[in-house]
Amino acid sequence: MRDRLAVMAASACGVLLVVQYFVNADWLQASYRLLLSWMQAIFAFALVVGVLAVIRDRIARAGRTTEERVNAVVMVGAALVISLLGFVGGTGRESPFQWAFVHLQAPMQTTVFSLLAFYVATAAYRGFRARTIESGVLVVAALIVLLGRVPIGEWLTPVLPGGADWILNTPALAAKRAILIGIGLGMAATSLRVIAGIERTYLGGR
Amino acid sequence: MFSFACRGQRPFALALLILLSSSVAVLGDNGSPVADAGLWGTGKIPEFIAVLLLSLVMVIGVIHVRRRGRPQLRPLPPIAAVDDAIGRATEQGTAVIYTTGWGGDMSRPTIMASMEILGSVASRAALNGCRLLVPSHDPVIVGVAQDTISQSATVAGRPDWFASSDVTFVTQSQFGYASAFAGLVARHHPGSVFLIGTFEGEALILAEAAHDAGAVTIAGTDSTIQLSFFLVACDYTLIGEELFAAAAMVSGDERAAAAVLAQDMIKYLILLLLLIGGILVGFGFNLNDHL
Repeated sequence: MRDRLAVMAASACGVLLVVQYFVNADWLQASYRLLLSWMQAIFAFALVVGVLAVIRDRIARAGRTTEERVNAVVMVGAALVISLLGFVGGTGRESPFQWAFVHLQAPMQTTVFSLLAFYVATAAYRGFRARTIESGVLVVAALIVLLGRVPIGEWLTPVLPGGADWILNTPALAAKRAILIGIGLGMAATSLRVIAGIERTYLGGR
Repeated sequence: MFSFACRGQRPFALALLILLSSSVAVLGDNGSPVADAGLWGTGKIPEFIAVLLLSLVMVIGVIHVRRRGRPQLRPLPPIAAVDDAIGRATEQGTAVIYTTGWGGDMSRPTIMASMEILGSVASRAALNGCRLLVPSHDPVIVGVAQDTISQSATVAGRPDWFASSDVTFVTQSQFGYASAFAGLVARHHPGSVFLIGTFEGEALILAEAAHDAGAVTIAGTDSTIQLSFFLVACDYTLIGEELFAAAAMVSGDERAAAAVLAQDMIKYLILLLLLIGGILVGFGFNLNDHL
């Protein structure tokens, strides 16, 4: 019964959202905005449950090894301190909460993000090997685009920037659009199956 | 350019031609039958027709599959490699790590397809007794993943294998999630890593972390930008709609296979429209101006 209700709700909401996209009725647009706000509320509550589950899991694992204990203390301690800062000092521009975000979290995120540059280099070193004709074409195209996008490429020859633009705007864009068409059709088909009640993976395998 | 997953599609080509003719006949009277009506959004008639067409083709696909049986889907190397990947992790005595990425939530069709594949991976991991770790950035995905894996373990006859603590919410932060994943990989040294879902900038960090740990990586995403990273950094990659075809393949559901068949039919139609449009542009008639 519970599953049937969930499927009916999903189908009803799906049909409503499809209709509201094509029909400019005020009550439909209001329903759409209401559904969006409900989604945000559901996600907020789910987030609270998720955070509490993580803290509970960390505390449960704290007794196993010294490393787990240290990780648990750091993680739970940070969560409690940041929460306290937010509740007590607010989340305004000059608040301790904002200071912690700007001076602690943002630098950590930036540090991890900066790893991407090195990972791109290592992945390219591994991947750009001319073993076959196709991989040889890939290597040549990558070289043209790499050189065509930096000043030294234009200094070498003015053909490189034009070649890079042509590669990106013609064959690469064609392939990208073909993949996007396939992905779009897959998404549309899956969405239609959800609306029709055929697709039920969001119920967890039932 | 197009990859057609199914074989033996002549009856569908005929049904599609009939549909196309009827759609053109409806539009041909005044170009936009309801554009002047107060209720309809302007400029959305082509999209409405596309939705109708896809729905009709899917219905035809389901009817066709019920009469003729499940269509034969082209073998996908990443799906064929799943057994070897899990077997490798089992032999090494390590875990399998599966993630749906940071970019999507449970309302996204890609994540739904990923859950289908997760169910298949979980049942094989359960049969092998191999640990399956699923870190996620979304608490709703965690709940669905736990149910999916639990169900798969029960169907595989190993309900005791599943540990809910192995499917965890990590963090909502993108690079916090990437750090957590990299830490998980560094601590557990998984034999295989599955990166199937919606990814953003963290994709290459996850793929390279898995590669550095010596894991076999099987990836699939709906993002064309991250797909290029996966193609270079991962051992096996599901490209574009292959992700949805893979979900249909592992589910064994004939209606999912019918949807894949319908997608192929629509691709034929798009190819036909591209050819017709290209020829018409050569004669100075731009179809796009009249839609």
